[in-house]
Amino acid sequence: MEDFILGISIVMALLAMVVLYRVVYGPTVLDRILGVGVIGTKTTILLCLMGLIYKRIDMFVDIALAYALLNFIATLAAAKFFRVRKSIMPGAKFFKDREMGV
Amino acid sequence: MTSILSVISAVLMVAGAFFFFTASIGMLRFPDFYTRMHAAGKGDTLGAFLMLSGMALYNLNAGFSLFAFLVSVKIMLIAVFIFVANPTACHAITKAALDAGVTPWTKDKAGVGGRGSVVRSSE
Repeated sequence: MEDFILGISIVMALLAMVVLYRVVYGPTVLDRILGVGVIGTKTTILLCLMGLIYKRIDMFVDIALAYALLNFIATLAAAKFFRVRKSIMPGAKFFKDREMGV
Repeated sequence: MTSILSVISAVLMVAGAFFFFTASIGMLRFPDFYTRMHAAGKGDTLGAFLMLSGMALYNLNAGFSLFAFLVSVKIMLIAVFIFVANPTACHAITKAALDAGVTPWTKDKAGVGGRGSVVRSSE
């Protein structure tokens, strides 16, 4: 059963790598924020799995709870901050350069 | 030695991993921001809930005690919190995108900007 939990942890880490593509190459800033939120959820699960592997789940579950709260607050704050910014508008210079293939 | 509780928790964890997998593939493949939000918001929430339920059951596997029961209750507290907070965060980002003027993907604009992943301006 420990090998199974280790396998699930490796799968979680690989899926976080997949979402990291969207964080790096995402066309808008909001894509990056969404990707960071998804990676944060995966990290919460990964912390609980670490606790099961090390057999100290009573300690790791507190860290996971704090991480989940922090992830939620960070996403809300970033969404509220970028709501009034005009730099994520697609007519900005960065996106025009990206379309030209520069 | 495999008890029936560990088998149930393993099935729940595999189901959670499947939902995480679909959410990640959806975030990679969907054409614009709102469809990516659709994939990430729902798949991630249900995957986290199933995975944490499996872990709470597996924690009770080694022998029932009050301590292990309270730790399982705390794991389920994380699951309930993610179940409430993750759709709230997705709603907030979607509202921010709508207010900032990110235009949704439509089929007739799909051939203009590559696969439609780059959002076009309205000019």
